[in-house]
Amino acid sequence: MSEFVAAAPALWRHPEFRRGAREMAGVALGISAWGVVAGVAMANSSLGTAWAVVMSLVVFSGTGQIASLPLLSSGAPLWVVWATVLCVNLRFVIFSLQWRPYWVHLPLRWRLTVAYFCADLNYFTFVRRFPDPRPSPEQWPYFWGGMVVNWGSWQVSSLLGIALAHQLPMQWGLSFAGTTALLALTYTMVTDRATWVAAAVAACAAVAAYALPLRMNILVAIAAAVAIGVLLDHLNPKATRKVAA
Amino acid sequence: MSALELLIAIAGMVAITLLTRGFFFLQRSQLPVPAWLTEGLRYAPLAAMVAVVAPEVVMTQGQVITTWKDARLYGAAAATAWYFWRRDMFGTIVAGTAVLLALRLTLGW
Repeated sequence: MSEFVAAAPALWRHPEFRRGAREMAGVALGISAWGVVAGVAMANSSLGTAWAVVMSLVVFSGTGQIASLPLLSSGAPLWVVWATVLCVNLRFVIFSLQWRPYWVHLPLRWRLTVAYFCADLNYFTFVRRFPDPRPSPEQWPYFWGGMVVNWGSWQVSSLLGIALAHQLPMQWGLSFAGTTALLALTYTMVTDRATWVAAAVAACAAVAAYALPLRMNILVAIAAAVAIGVLLDHLNPKATRKVAA
Repeated sequence: MSALELLIAIAGMVAITLLTRGFFFLQRSQLPVPAWLTEGLRYAPLAAMVAVVAPEVVMTQGQVITTWKDARLYGAAAATAWYFWRRDMFGTIVAGTAVLLALRLTLGW
C-alpha cells in the first residue's frame, strides 16, 4: 500500500483522473438515489444498523446486498444466501472477460483491488472511454477517478439511507431516479442499428423471463442480445463497426 | 442469525463478489473462450442494463402493466426525450424523476 500512497498525488493530479471522476459524476445522482434506497432497505431489515453499516462498507455490491437481505433476515442456510449472491453477480463474470486485457498485466494485489471496486458503472464508463482492449497508461488514473466518485457516492448515500431510514418520504421517487440514470447510460451505448435491435430484444426477454428466480432474467436477456448481435454482425459484416460498448 | 453466522455470511459475500468481478482477470492464464463469443459480448453490458430498466418501467409486482395511467411510462419518456435532446445524463435523471413526481403527486398515477 505504501507504494500507492507515494504514487497517489501523481495519480489524482493526472488529467485522466479528473476525466474519470467527471464522467462518473454525471450519473452520481442516480448512484446516490439507489444508495439511499439500499441503505433504507438494510436498516429496515432485521439485521440492525451496525450490521447494515458493516455490510455496506465491505460488500460493495448493491444487488448482492439487497438480494441477500430477506434471506439473512429469515435465517436461511448460508449456502442459499451465497448461491443467491452468486447468481445476481453472474453478470460480473461476463464483464470480467472484457476487463481482462486492461488489467491482466498488473500484480495480483492490484487485480484484487480492481475486482473489489469494478462495479457496473465503472465498467460502462471505462469501456466507453477505452473501447480498444489494449492497456495504456491513462487507464489507471481514469479508473481511479471514476472509482472514487462511484464508491464515495454509493457509501455516503447508503450510510445516509441507513441513518434516515424512518424519516424518508417517497422512496419510490428515489428508486425511479436510479432507473432513469440507468436509462441514460443505456442510451449512451445504443449507437447503431445492431445495438438498437439487441437492446429491444433484451428488453422483451427480460420482461418475458421476469418470473425466473434470482434475477436470472438478466442472464436470459444477455444471452438473447448476444445471440441476435452475433447474428446481425455475421449477416451484415460491413455494417459492423466498433461501438462504445 | 448469530453475530458469528452473520460475519461468516458477509465474508462469503465479499469473496463471491471478488471472484465473480475478477473471474477472468484474477488468474493470468487465459481460459478458452471462442472468438464469436468475445465479439458478441460487446452486447452484454447493454443487455444487462436494459434487463434491469425495462421491468422497472413496464411491470408491477411481476405483471406487465395494462394501463396508460402509470407515471413511470411518462417519466421514462421524458428522460428519453431529454437525453436525445441534450445528451446530458444529469438532466435526464432530473427530467424523468420530475415528471414522475408531478404525475404521481397531482394525478395519483
